[in-house]
Amino acid sequence: MRYAAKKLAMMLLTMVIVSFLAFLAFQIIPGDPTARLLGADATTESVAALRAELGLDRPFFARYGAWMQGALRGDFGRSYSYAMPVSELLAGKIGITALLTAVSFLLIVLVSLPTGVLLCARERPGLDRAANAVNQIIMAVPPFFTGILMTLVFGLMLRWFVPGSFVSPSEDFWRSTAYLFFPALAIALPRIAMTVKMLRASVRGELDKDYVRTAYSRGNSRWQALYRHVLRNAVVPTVAFLAMAAADLVAGSVVIEQVFSVPGLGRLLLTSIANRDYPVVQAIVVILALWVVLVNGGADLLNQRLDPRLRLS
Amino acid sequence: MKRKFALFLALCMVCAVLGGCGGGSERGGAEGSNGLDDERKANNEIVVAIPQDLADSLDPHGSMSAGTREILFNIYEGLVKTGPDGELIPAVAESYRISEDGLTYTFKLRDNVKFHNGAKVSAEDVIYSLQRCIKSAGNTGDSALVSALSAIGRDTLTAGDDNTVSFRIDRPDPELIYFLTVAIVPADYDQLDTAPCGTGPFRFVSRSPQENVVLEKFDDYWGEAAAIDKVTLRIYTDPTALVLALKAGSVDLCPHLTAAQTAQLGTAYTILEDTMNLVQAVYLNHAVAPLDNETVRRAMCYAINRQEIMDMVADGHGVAVGSSIYPKLTRYFLPELVDRYPYDVEKARELLAQAGYPDGFDLTIAVVSSYQPHMDTAEVVVEQLRAIGINASVQPMDSATWINDVYVGRNFQATITGVDAKNVTARAMLERFVSDNGKNFINYSNAEYDALYAQAMASASEAEQTALYRQMETLLCDTAANLYIQDLADLVAIRGDLTGLRFYPVYVLDLQTVHYE
Repeated sequence: MRYAAKKLAMMLLTMVIVSFLAFLAFQIIPGDPTARLLGADATTESVAALRAELGLDRPFFARYGAWMQGALRGDFGRSYSYAMPVSELLAGKIGITALLTAVSFLLIVLVSLPTGVLLCARERPGLDRAANAVNQIIMAVPPFFTGILMTLVFGLMLRWFVPGSFVSPSEDFWRSTAYLFFPALAIALPRIAMTVKMLRASVRGELDKDYVRTAYSRGNSRWQALYRHVLRNAVVPTVAFLAMAAADLVAGSVVIEQVFSVPGLGRLLLTSIANRDYPVVQAIVVILALWVVLVNGGADLLNQRLDPRLRLS
Repeated sequence: MKRKFALFLALCMVCAVLGGCGGGSERGGAEGSNGLDDERKANNEIVVAIPQDLADSLDPHGSMSAGTREILFNIYEGLVKTGPDGELIPAVAESYRISEDGLTYTFKLRDNVKFHNGAKVSAEDVIYSLQRCIKSAGNTGDSALVSALSAIGRDTLTAGDDNTVSFRIDRPDPELIYFLTVAIVPADYDQLDTAPCGTGPFRFVSRSPQENVVLEKFDDYWGEAAAIDKVTLRIYTDPTALVLALKAGSVDLCPHLTAAQTAQLGTAYTILEDTMNLVQAVYLNHAVAPLDNETVRRAMCYAINRQEIMDMVADGHGVAVGSSIYPKLTRYFLPELVDRYPYDVEKARELLAQAGYPDGFDLTIAVVSSYQPHMDTAEVVVEQLRAIGINASVQPMDSATWINDVYVGRNFQATITGVDAKNVTARAMLERFVSDNGKNFINYSNAEYDALYAQAMASASEAEQTALYRQMETLLCDTAANLYIQDLADLVAIRGDLTGLRFYPVYVLDLQTVHYE
């Protein structure tokens, strides 16, 4: 119980620090939202009036405090540039990025776990080396490049999808998901390669241990030993890694949303930073931080279920 | 640059892998590949690609980026509107009369103009709109609009009984009518920020931030109805993604492309060429040494080879300018100024030595990094200035920083940007160089220029005023106020069976006459 409380406190602290740092960042970088709102030619008086209206003339900590109060109530303020409530603005975008992330994560799990296990099922040095080489290459290529390559090959040449024809999930869920398959794959590929590498290393490590020899001596085949004993132990670090990957996927989508013209959170974040639209940036940063904190917390819990040694009394 | 290189690399790899078969499938072009664009044709709708989001309040009287303004042109109209040749077309007003002394304006409103919400446009709406516009223009600092419209006596704005609106001004202003292109909105309508409601040929349907803006033909339009039933303005912020979407046929019309981008498109699109309607120049801060020295500035003018810039940046597209008036403002443009400072390195060096800088000096040119044409131009300019011994370098920055430090803060040496006009008057271009003008970001200070401007403002005759504006234009060139380069080329890709796009002398995208063949 105390453990859970401690964990929760840590999560909250992380959120507060992240939101504070994001707030601070805008204090430091040059540029002012009023220039965008009133145009570059605005008079000094009207700029001052607008700054007062938006509360920008108040001291830093007073503004942060006011923002915190609003955020705790779920009120993230109004977007300066879109002139609408931030929550309304984000509502339509979260779903798109969530769908993209979900498809990517599904791809990672569905591809990497079987591949990693199959590669270990039998001792085959030739296949091993080939797999290793392919893995290295996939890990090294950045997703935006893979994205462009996929668009050229699958979009323009094979015509499996039409680049730049995204439709919202709210409009047509399945068409939207189909369009997001390739962007999701582009984000997933390097992480698939990493997960495979991770899983293999961890299975290899376990295979040399004494209990595996005991399992063999009790008449288990290699496959049975692997399936019944080794995987249970090998999978613990992999789950932790997958959790990290899931947290990281959202960051990957920022770039990929540009390449595939997907109007998700990532693109909104970039535009809002460029426009100095603080309320929007602040809200997105907090949402992303919350996602990372939650996923990591969830992974801890899952690991404890899988490995009793990690449980604290 | 990294993106471009990546695209190039990707293309090479794909070609190498697929060899000849790649060329074969490419030849089909975009048409009919997936049925999508044929479906659009059958539905009489188009997809227009725009390079940035309409991340603005959509209030037509507020301040907005040029990208938003060009779209709203389809939704809103003023009493009069700008035509393709810079002429004024009666819009909400059927006709207007200016009294002989130039002081009383009377507008006869059309009987059949409706707002997109179905309400008929009344004289009250017009008066409300003009008053609202004057008020918000004051907030945005659009001083040209304020000085023009605030001349309208508020209490003289009256609605006549036969559907007319009239007002009086204190002194004649031949340009005032050009400012009455400001949008007419429904009185007391409170959703202008997010749900525009005007009288134009297209009505606003929806906006999904970062995704699209949807317009539909307005069936009750007073004039010739739009030819297309539905327009989806889809946002492609990434240049590479935009080209890929075009190649895939996801887009029917795309303005503001660069020469490098159009070179990658197949035969499915027709490329139309227009100009951006702005003056691109190396703007110099006259408040810092040695740029306050006219001889230094003249030397720099001789060092600039505009043809080379156009060749390097846009494959030779673009139109050279010699002062702060772009060629499509035909009433004022003086072609003889274009070659006032022909490219001459020797002379440039001589003048520089004469000014006391035989070894040149250090110069930092601030440029908004997200706008590729200005960045590319800067690279060439740096080399050209180095040839006369000026040690120039580019300082890239994001646009918010640029506005803050350079445009408003005036804390810079030189910057490359494009200056445009909101309407077809010389005032919109030349007013900013008056010494005490708030928009005078280059700190130009010339008593003769100020006097000419005061005279132009006081002038009652259009011909006399135009002559004065031309003198001001010449003065800017003579004093080498800036290193004038060009009006940038605006390349438009339009699918082969789509036609009817009209170009304007101001920055608008008019979709009314666009139609399928």
